Amino acid sequence: MINIFNYIDRPSPIHRLTGATKLICVLLWSFAAMLTYDTRFLAVMPVLSVLLFGVSKIKLKDVSFMLGFTAAFMVLNNVMVFVFSPQHGMDIYGTQHILFGSGRYALTSEQLFYHLNLLLKYLSMIPIVLLFICTTNPSEFAASLNRIGVKYSIAYSVALALRYIPDIQREYHDISQAQQARGIEMSKKESLSKRLKSASAILIPLILSSMDRIETISNAMELRGFGKNKKRTWYMGRRFSRADILCMVFCALLLGISLLLNYLNGSRFFNPFI
Amino acid sequence: MSDPILCFKNFGFQYNAQSSPTLYDINLTIHKGEKVLITGPSGCGKSTLAHCINGLVPFSYKGKMEGSLTLGGKETKDLSIFDISHRVGTVLQDSDGQFIGLTVAEDIAFSLENDCVSGPELYERVNAAAGKVGISEELMRHAPGELSGGQKQRVSLAGVMVDDVDIFLFDEPLANLDPATGKQAIELIDEIQRQTGAAVVIIEHRVEDVLHRHVDRVVLMQQGRIVSDSTPDELLSGPLLSECGVREPLYITALKYAGVQITPAMHPAHIDTLSLSQADKEKVRSWFHSTPAAAAKPQRPVLLQAENVSFSYANGHHALKDITASVLKGELIAIVGTNGAGKSTFSKVVCGFETHQSGSIRFAGEDLAQYSIKEHADRIGYVMQNPNQMISKVLIFDEVALGLRTRGVPEEKITETVNNTLKICGLWPFRKWPVSALSYGQKKRVTIASILALEPEMIILDEPTAGQDYRHYSEIMEFLLDLNRRGITIVMITHDMHLMLEYAERAVVFSGGRVIADAPCADILTNAEIVSRASLKETSLYTLALLSGLESGREFVQRFIDYEREVYNR
Repeated sequence: MINIFNYIDRPSPIHRLTGATKLICVLLWSFAAMLTYDTRFLAVMPVLSVLLFGVSKIKLKDVSFMLGFTAAFMVLNNVMVFVFSPQHGMDIYGTQHILFGSGRYALTSEQLFYHLNLLLKYLSMIPIVLLFICTTNPSEFAASLNRIGVKYSIAYSVALALRYIPDIQREYHDISQAQQARGIEMSKKESLSKRLKSASAILIPLILSSMDRIETISNAMELRGFGKNKKRTWYMGRRFSRADILCMVFCALLLGISLLLNYLNGSRFFNPFI
Repeated sequence: MSDPILCFKNFGFQYNAQSSPTLYDINLTIHKGEKVLITGPSGCGKSTLAHCINGLVPFSYKGKMEGSLTLGGKETKDLSIFDISHRVGTVLQDSDGQFIGLTVAEDIAFSLENDCVSGPELYERVNAAAGKVGISEELMRHAPGELSGGQKQRVSLAGVMVDDVDIFLFDEPLANLDPATGKQAIELIDEIQRQTGAAVVIIEHRVEDVLHRHVDRVVLMQQGRIVSDSTPDELLSGPLLSECGVREPLYITALKYAGVQITPAMHPAHIDTLSLSQADKEKVRSWFHSTPAAAAKPQRPVLLQAENVSFSYANGHHALKDITASVLKGELIAIVGTNGAGKSTFSKVVCGFETHQSGSIRFAGEDLAQYSIKEHADRIGYVMQNPNQMISKVLIFDEVALGLRTRGVPEEKITETVNNTLKICGLWPFRKWPVSALSYGQKKRVTIASILALEPEMIILDEPTAGQDYRHYSEIMEFLLDLNRRGITIVMITHDMHLMLEYAERAVVFSGGRVIADAPCADILTNAEIVSRASLKETSLYTLALLSGLESGREFVQRFIDYEREVYNR
């Protein structure tokens, strides 16, 4: 079975950072990467994130499924951009250097350069988000959401949802086996409409049994005082250490550089064509 | 007895969604340090009574209350569910479902977190509670789901012990435990009560298992009323338990068969405290000698033959190691063993859900490996434990017809087959009903019917009676027995000892991915080594036989089983 949201417990400096630090850093980092198209900056970010991956001791095979999934999405995104606006690069950079072809779909250096920037953006963000998911314990994640101001009841339900994903996957698997035995066909041999219809034979029992589960857990939580006070403490919550502060300062700097570059370039784009 | 903690006076309760009250005229007082068992058949109101004690009624489940219910002298309706949770610690039935924290430590800390306890005090109190129930430092970082059944019980207990509660409330603590773990759980509850001096209320219908340790009082409920509130010795001396549809301890039933008059003076609450006069022992012995042994079953052909089957999951877990076992045509057998012993994996391999890596499985002489899951299902039906995991249609008829429709059977033929199946299963009067209007036991029947409609020769049922009280349990099992008489071979996966003892002709015992025994149930339950490896419990019948001076405990157990079947068949 594939684990999508999987906390991987390994001793590393990244694991030792508090969940709140990692959440704040991921947000700062993502904003820094999103706000600029400065290629020089975007070229450095993937290198940094690969280095961080090394530090975290998370291996490529741990995240291969999510990597593959996002890579496919990235390719799709690039293809779509080219299909729908093949001249977007020229609009941005104001020049036109045709490499080959002609007409609307002529391949230009500007368009290629724009796609390179898109690619770099993906490479700047995906590894860091995956890193966050793999190194942050869901309950620490809840604690950190609460710390940055999200209501604890919401923070806790997010953590619970993350925690139940493996259970629900397992249950889905069991139900689908039993239903297949009754002749519900889910394999690729069947037409899409038939498969969608079959899916309901699995989803309805799954939803019903999840409802039972929700009733049990909410009773259990209430019986142990959840929701009693405006605030609560977190067993997994920790104080910021020096490393935490340093990391947040570093990521804030990255965001600062990204904004500064936008200001210096006069736009979000770095233009090598003039 | 010291001061009362909990006091029901002329108490009644009616859920808003229901047309008649669930509880009537309850008068019950629980004192400090007392240990009380509340028992009764399903639907008698014992769970609602538990909800009243821990505050889920009226705070989560709304309804109309009458009379008075005080906790430490205060009316509970004037308190909040949070105030109540500081005084009443509840351990719920579903030991998996009630875990909230991601790790053991967090789960124990949960109620302290909600109380805003922080810093060193938080860690100290969590460690102290863990220490009291014997959870090691190392386990604290594990996910609760990774623990064994017994450890889970300890964790949920520690989670309510972090608060200094006055009452521990256990809602069916034995429901999901194998017999050996259940025994340990009862011992643990006893130990904790001694340590803390709190009152303990246990809601459970498995009376014999709870009475493994001393209980001060047993409250018996039926149809929303308390029908008896007495010591276990008094209760077991009378006929009330079985009249209310609660199973008596087996040794009590055996003594009654033998014509022994049971009195409180004999201390019948526990087999080890039971004292029998010479005359009583003689009665047991003469009953044994006068009961004829059941006739041997005629030889039957082999239906399913597994030979040297091995299976590993993709993650490398070697779940089945060289399994050789067979099922004869028309048999009703049990597969038993602890969680993770391989019994569920074995049934999945037999049903074709998983494919074994080596060995062979033959069904009626054909190798099953050539068939798809669907084709397996035409021969071997599989019924999951929880009916909610199988039901996907609104109407009963459609649910039972589902498998036939996906197989493209003509509609007239479907109507005929489904109607027949519904009649066999006693669901005919409900055929036009929505499934949601049925009780749990009836839903179970619907799932069995939906498998039977495919006309398999053999069905495998995963824990067919889990969570059922004696009456529903008997209903389901009588139904299965009836199917069995119609020629359907039945395999039950279970850790319910009563089930194997009373209904199965034979048991195959799994342990650590291997078959460690394959013998008549009486042989297995009287074999100390197998009993301990399979996490079973020696039956009290065996002890009774020895107590009565009979030499062969095993034969006594067998005779009891044969006699019970005779009684049912009459």
